[in-house]
Amino acid sequence: MIENKGRPNRLGIVGWLAGGRWGFERYLYTLHRLTGLGLLAYFLIHIFVTSSRAFGQDAWAASMAQVTGPLFRVGEFLVFTAFAFHALNGVRLVLVELGFAIGKPIEPVYPYRTSVNEQRPLAIGVMILAAILTIAGGIGFLE
Amino acid sequence: MRDQGLWTWHLCAGIVILVLLGLHMTIMHLDEIVRVFNAAPGEPIGWANVIARGKSAFFLVNYVLLLGAALFHGLYGLRNILFELNPAAGLKKALNGLFVVAGLALFAFGTWAAWAGYTVARGA
Repeated sequence: MIENKGRPNRLGIVGWLAGGRWGFERYLYTLHRLTGLGLLAYFLIHIFVTSSRAFGQDAWAASMAQVTGPLFRVGEFLVFTAFAFHALNGVRLVLVELGFAIGKPIEPVYPYRTSVNEQRPLAIGVMILAAILTIAGGIGFLE
Repeated sequence: MRDQGLWTWHLCAGIVILVLLGLHMTIMHLDEIVRVFNAAPGEPIGWANVIARGKSAFFLVNYVLLLGAALFHGLYGLRNILFELNPAAGLKKALNGLFVVAGLALFAFGTWAAWAGYTVARGA
């Protein structure tokens, strides 16, 4: 992470949502962070829950019995949805970071053109894929 | 320069997670559509399926790699979010130490659990 020496981050976490008139990608950024934090929290618990496998069948059954029921089912679906979003949006971020799907460099001649519109189709495309993946995963949760 | 290197590792870990967690999610949650690595009937978390996968050295390596990549990616991401809030230099140092210790401890515990699970499955 690059040190911010010039202007400190005055808005802090509030800036994630209330920093001004942001574009679509800015809200994907916020959602990427929220889903990342949610997935990290789940993952840390998941390490301990699934470690019961090391103690045999009874320990595994007891452990799984602790995380069953409608509430956990909904929670599990939310985790899957967060994964689908975070993974596909992450692919978009890597592509953009490597310079793909952002258009070619042009001379900065007035009226200036923004490159935001160049990357919009990629953002919409990955969100459609995330929605399809979420629906596919949802079939199993409805059983 | 150091942060640039860590950021590159963060991206690389993300790609590793995309592949390995993608496989994990396919096995666990897309089993109604693509039933892979679920040899026994019933739920993917049923003991018979857990044992069948647990016997495989492929899954042992898969779990340990995924554990390491996900811990690094997740904890480094959290560190970046916290550092953006401009904590004092001392707090930054303490957070760095905390994340390294917590990450290594969780990796050691998870690796032990994966190995012990592999041993249990081989003996079953």
